[in-house]
Amino acid sequence: MDAKHEPALDCARLPRRRALGLLAASAGALAWPAAQAQAGKAPRLVTVSGAITEVAYLLGAESQLVGTDTTSLYPAAARSTPKVGYMRQLSAEGLLSLKPDAVIATTEAGPPVVLDLVRSAGVKVELVEADHTWDEVQRKVQAVGRAAGREAQARELQARLDADWAAARKQVAAAGGRKPRVLFVLSHSASPQVSGGRTAANAVIGFAGGVNALSGFDGYRPMTAEAMASAAPDIILTSGQSIEAHGGVEKFWARPELALTPAYRKRALVTLDALLLLGFGPRMPQAVRETHEKFVALLA
Amino acid sequence: MRNRWSPRAVLGGGALLLALAFVAAAASGAYAISPAQLLRVFGALLTGGDDASPEYLVFANIRLPRLILGIAAGAGLGMAGTLMQGLFRNPLADPGLIGISSGAALAAGVTIVLGAAFLPAVPRTLGSWPLVSMAFAGGFLVTLLIYGLSQSEGGTRMALMLLAGIAINALAGAGLGYLSVVATDEQLRSLQFWLLGSLGGARWSAVALVGAVVFVACAMAMTLAGPLNAIALGESQAALLGVDVERVKRRAVVVTAFAVGAVTATTGIIGFIGLIAPHWVRMAAGPDHRVVLPASGLLGAALVLAADAVARTVVAPAELPLGVLTAAIGVPMFLLMLRHFRSRV
Repeated sequence: MDAKHEPALDCARLPRRRALGLLAASAGALAWPAAQAQAGKAPRLVTVSGAITEVAYLLGAESQLVGTDTTSLYPAAARSTPKVGYMRQLSAEGLLSLKPDAVIATTEAGPPVVLDLVRSAGVKVELVEADHTWDEVQRKVQAVGRAAGREAQARELQARLDADWAAARKQVAAAGGRKPRVLFVLSHSASPQVSGGRTAANAVIGFAGGVNALSGFDGYRPMTAEAMASAAPDIILTSGQSIEAHGGVEKFWARPELALTPAYRKRALVTLDALLLLGFGPRMPQAVRETHEKFVALLA
Repeated sequence: MRNRWSPRAVLGGGALLLALAFVAAAASGAYAISPAQLLRVFGALLTGGDDASPEYLVFANIRLPRLILGIAAGAGLGMAGTLMQGLFRNPLADPGLIGISSGAALAAGVTIVLGAAFLPAVPRTLGSWPLVSMAFAGGFLVTLLIYGLSQSEGGTRMALMLLAGIAINALAGAGLGYLSVVATDEQLRSLQFWLLGSLGGARWSAVALVGAVVFVACAMAMTLAGPLNAIALGESQAALLGVDVERVKRRAVVVTAFAVGAVTATTGIIGFIGLIAPHWVRMAAGPDHRVVLPASGLLGAALVLAADAVARTVVAPAELPLGVLTAAIGVPMFLLMLRHFRSRV
């Protein structure tokens, strides 16, 4: 689509000028003959997002998976699939070399140019909008079901997940009582980040019956001592990977930014696997239930 | 000194290296294309024949534009490095090292992140032109600044120039750091691409733009070869020989900023090509700019093609950032050169 916006240029220098004309002429008709001819065969899939890969396994589509991204760590078998790299740094030729019929990703995947190139090679690119709602989980199931040709199984899974979700929500609602102020800390690398509005962590805290201790900004910000003191969280929520990166729970609590928080006095810490907690995958009801139960236990 | 190659041998060798690198890069990639298929695809491309095989589509839409972009980027950076080194009379003047690339990247980053906020309609309607012209302006300003800062009574001071480059790189790093805080998630992804360098964004539209700019820049650079040879003798000597030194300087700065700006705007920062290509050519051919300029373009193109072929294949189906590979070759080279020149710094 870029080609239309850009001014005509003197392309005389390009050694393959003829190829340009040819490409322009055939651009509309680009198709992936191998993919479309064999309608009888199960579609080959590349899943780009840990949660979407989980869905593929739950739908029994693991034999159709020809590649996953580096965030696809669960179930363990997903680790041994060919890896197409980090979801935001995909490679067009790399994706096409797996000869997929469909690439299923969230809107966080990129770069957009690469997705466009893959699309123009006739591969279906399904992007699920990541808006941190229960709908997002459902859309992931639908997208994989559609692309894998397993719509019946997808509907079944959706119904099962819906029931599970309703039960989890009911359990949280029934608990009542005071809502804890929760601070989510992410520190997979050197400097810890804390989550404001419009983040996966913010949504999970809400679902699990807590209140995000930070408000007034969207996205992630670096953690600072004064801001944490004024946020006054009752509970610190973090990922197992963050604790590992610090070298243990003791070292994590030794961070000076946390020393002035109410959570520090009680050492109130809730830890879950990052993909389980923030992935918005089929284990979402489990994540919410576990988080909620840990909140309740800490408040008691 | 060692035996030098004749100019013809150097240019022929450069062209041969580039041809070899092109064939090797064309034949390698994540998508398996056999030599026989490759020949068929080439035949179809050259004759305009109809070919709808997946190999053809992958090659013509994804791999070939990438190869051409690699040639343009390598040639542009190699030539720009030679120009800078001729202008500063200093073999360490690499467009990346003295901050031209990061100036261009910072300007492009500002366009990506703040451009959308202040002038939402502009980038979309003009394609990648605003980005390229901003990157050019950034590179141009930095080149002027470095040049101004490194002048002293006796001409250009090597240490001053490198120190000014460090300062500019630090400033650009801070600017890009600020942008990454205020950027949205999506903009952040484009920014990261900039810092690491990649040919992955190659599409024919962008390739045509960079190719045209680099071609014009290369043609203009060739007209400066004679005057730069005179300047190598010293600016006053050059003036005595009838060279309009100030005019040559201005043109060299504009050409460099254009080439580096256009390349950096499309590929992000690809470091060290402008340093090592001219250095290797000078080792073989001596300092004559009429040879070093075109040969550095050829060698730079071959180096980028080869590095990108490795970047595309070594962790396939994922990819390594190109800047990582060029730095892996370039940094040891740079340290060796520093050792060699330490008596003069």
